[in-house]
Amino acid sequence: MDTNNNTYTVIYATVMVVIVAALLALASYLLKDRQQRNVQLETKQQILKSVKLGLDADSQADKAAYIEQLYEKHIVEQGINPEDESLKVYICTMDNGEKMYIVPVHGTGLWGPVWGYVALKSDFNTIYGTTYDHKSETPGLGAEISTNEFSKQFEGKQIFKNGNFESILVVKGGADPASTNEVDAISGGTITSKAVEEMLKKSIAHYLEYFKVAAANATPAENTAAADSTAQADSTALQIPNPVNQ
Amino acid sequence: MDKKIFIEPLFRNNPVTVLVLGICSALAVTVKLEPAIVMALSVTIVTGFSGFIVSLLRNTIPNRIRIIVQLVVVAMLVILVDQVLKAFAYEVSKQLSVFVGLIITNCIIMGRIEAFALGNKPLPSLVDGLANGLGYGIILIIIAFFREFFGSGTIYGIQIIPTEWYIKNGGFYENNGLFILPPMALIIVGLVIWVQRSIQKDLQEK
Repeated sequence: MDTNNNTYTVIYATVMVVIVAALLALASYLLKDRQQRNVQLETKQQILKSVKLGLDADSQADKAAYIEQLYEKHIVEQGINPEDESLKVYICTMDNGEKMYIVPVHGTGLWGPVWGYVALKSDFNTIYGTTYDHKSETPGLGAEISTNEFSKQFEGKQIFKNGNFESILVVKGGADPASTNEVDAISGGTITSKAVEEMLKKSIAHYLEYFKVAAANATPAENTAAADSTAQADSTALQIPNPVNQ
Repeated sequence: MDKKIFIEPLFRNNPVTVLVLGICSALAVTVKLEPAIVMALSVTIVTGFSGFIVSLLRNTIPNRIRIIVQLVVVAMLVILVDQVLKAFAYEVSKQLSVFVGLIITNCIIMGRIEAFALGNKPLPSLVDGLANGLGYGIILIIIAFFREFFGSGTIYGIQIIPTEWYIKNGGFYENNGLFILPPMALIIVGLVIWVQRSIQKDLQEK
């Protein structure tokens, strides 16, 4: 058969495209549910990880059930603004009764979206833990934001300085270890590191009003619980009441 | 089957150092060993199977649109693998996510399909694809080893240079930032080619 014939070429191309399209559509259709479940499960795992729960999930026999059960037990989702449903805070009750407030953050990295979860102690100032993730940052450089080494640096840092919202600064060339709101950037990943800084600043800013109200409403019992574990952090918390009126 | 099909691409006819293909991804993913190994495995699988499929179709492919047909086969394969991984091995697919685009654009895949799979039977084409992927992987791992060791002081994420040697901990050592940047990958590729050419004299131009 003459494979250089025009008719043959056109028919070949058409048939090939139809077959490939059908195959890909079929694969996407069949696998969609499973994929979405994986994504949801991962979100839950990241939220739990920001408060250091479920760290042993990977060694569990049934990882999915383990995470679902932990999530059910500890985390309550709460909208903070009836007009904007995307603004949510995840309230986590730890095993010792202490409450953590997990704020989702979103931003734009070098190649695609970056996001994360920041867990604040009940003084709404001290960071208990963070997790970061990304869609397509460069492996070995920007992608390092999702490692524990990077997110661990944020623990114990404070987002307010003298009552003003300063967020966390990701500093190129070495953060001052004594500073309460500086962490090291990633070498070779400056744009992604800056994206994290920008993301924290912008996303957390939406929550300042909520922090103010929630801090005022917090029951005395909770305040004492927080004071026990974070005596040092709590002294700064006293200055928070009007963080937005800078 | 000729054993040469498998052995040659590993050293004598290495796709990176001799054919100088796939350099772009060699720069992108060799900062650390782990992504380099993941990339090496993905490319090996895709070169192998795309060679196999194209070779099965080789007698039916219209000559004028053969590049398009090859591209469609490679792209379909990569997307299918990515979809399946997303559903059944989510962790692996997360690691691969960035590489999927890079795999499709890897010149080795198209190069081997054009040069080998179009003119050979399916089985030798599969072996040729796998061997070229491995040859590419070996170079990637060599580059990543040096870049990670000198650039970050670690190997496969494990700290090798004692932390107390670092200047910030009162020592004398500092990681070499140049190794993290892409130009150093090119320099290392150059050095590897130099070593290979001094061993294999027939590659030297007169």
